[in-house]
Amino acid sequence: MSNHAKAQIANYKKTKKVFSWPNLVAKEFIAAILVTVVLLVYSYYVDAPLRELANPGEPENPAKAPWYFLGLQEILVYFDPWIAGVVVPSIIIIGLMVIPYIDVNPKGNGGYCFWDRRFAVTVFLFGFIFWYLLIIVGTYMRGPFWAFFWPWEAWSFDFPTPPPLISLPNWLGIFALLIYFGFGMLVPAVAFWKFAKQLGFIRYNITMSLFLLMMGVLVKIALRLMFNIKYILQTPWFNI
Amino acid sequence: MNLISYFIRKLTETEVWKSVFRHGYTDTPRNRALQTLSNVWLHLHPVKVPKHAVKIRFTWCLGGLTFFIFLFLTVTGVLLMFYYVPDVNRAYADMIDLMYVVPLGRLLRTSHRWAGHAMVITVCFHMLRVFLTGSYKAPRQFNWVLGVLLLVLTFLLSFTGYLLPWDQLGYWAIMVGTNMGAATPVMGYQGPFAELLGVKINNDIRFALLGGTQIDAPSLLRAYVWHCIGIPIIAGALMILHFWRVRKDGGISGPL
Repeated sequence: MSNHAKAQIANYKKTKKVFSWPNLVAKEFIAAILVTVVLLVYSYYVDAPLRELANPGEPENPAKAPWYFLGLQEILVYFDPWIAGVVVPSIIIIGLMVIPYIDVNPKGNGGYCFWDRRFAVTVFLFGFIFWYLLIIVGTYMRGPFWAFFWPWEAWSFDFPTPPPLISLPNWLGIFALLIYFGFGMLVPAVAFWKFAKQLGFIRYNITMSLFLLMMGVLVKIALRLMFNIKYILQTPWFNI
Repeated sequence: MNLISYFIRKLTETEVWKSVFRHGYTDTPRNRALQTLSNVWLHLHPVKVPKHAVKIRFTWCLGGLTFFIFLFLTVTGVLLMFYYVPDVNRAYADMIDLMYVVPLGRLLRTSHRWAGHAMVITVCFHMLRVFLTGSYKAPRQFNWVLGVLLLVLTFLLSFTGYLLPWDQLGYWAIMVGTNMGAATPVMGYQGPFAELLGVKINNDIRFALLGGTQIDAPSLLRAYVWHCIGIPIIAGALMILHFWRVRKDGGISGPL
């Protein structure tokens, strides 16, 4: 156990304490009752959805995954299924798991604070909001054939044909990827040398790779929306 | 008032009372400690907690609420199992029965469904709270990892439940979800490099999820078993670890 951890446990022993009974248990009890009441009252007035009997011959249009996966379904517009449905969620899960091991900043342990850990908090909040923004778009703004509709527009099948998509030639795509990841890894290492040194070589590379991958999703979305780019890189086996 | 306290005193001095509760009733520090310590349901808590930890604005009760909603879902889920048979010829009819015939069936099913959504929301915000308070930092790193696994299991619990009504909504949502599985590199028949291992539609990861090449009776049974038995057991085991580690890693986090 690190000295820091030991210090924290020693500190815990010194903090002012109150009895769990009733100070904590009473609050838990009230919270549980409130949630039960809210759930039951809400359920009484708002029925859970139930559509017609499942019919394999009659696809829903649009067919939507449960809402918490709609962020992933939404990026299906911008990526092939193996990226949107498998690689992205896997990287998110792994990325979340490694957070405690790449964040070596000892500050802000056990209390809300922003200033002492601006980078960590900003990146995490960005990812959290990004995930929910995609869900909101997927839930409320995607109609038949996954066409985009503003929430105040009625869904219709009569929407303008989307513009034709173009792919970057491979030499340009590889160049762009090299520039993005090369500069993305090198520039912060130079510009924020203290930060990089504090992290160490391995942690820095993991942190920046995850960060660049997350921003890469945003970049690809921007490329599609602004320049109708379909693929950056095409190979016989997969396209990105 | 005296009469009430007289009766309470008499009651708590009886042999029956003393045999049930393992400590005295009088409000003393010792009994407050024992109330937590000698009660199997409450001994999950430490006898004393830091003063800042009982502030609502520190935890927003989110972890506890997630667990409570899990219990709520277990109770309503078990009750639903009395009325629901995971058979493609019956499942939808059982839903209709629940909605229109079974006494309080509508409330049962509806509250189970909304509670499922609520649990997804509370677990996400619990993660946000833990992040913003830096509570994953040493010595609590591994408990954060367990928490991420529990987050994934919560999604999977909700997702497997989605197919069970056997209606158009669930059927096509599961279609979207499992088709993504088919695109898994190497392990899905539509994914890159699938041919390397000879992965086809009838031996890939999607096939394992659905128990067939399309969503049918075996898929419904698999969703049911995973939803009601498999994932709750795994999640339960991880919850035990998660809560135990909160205590072992130095209790709830607090400012240094």
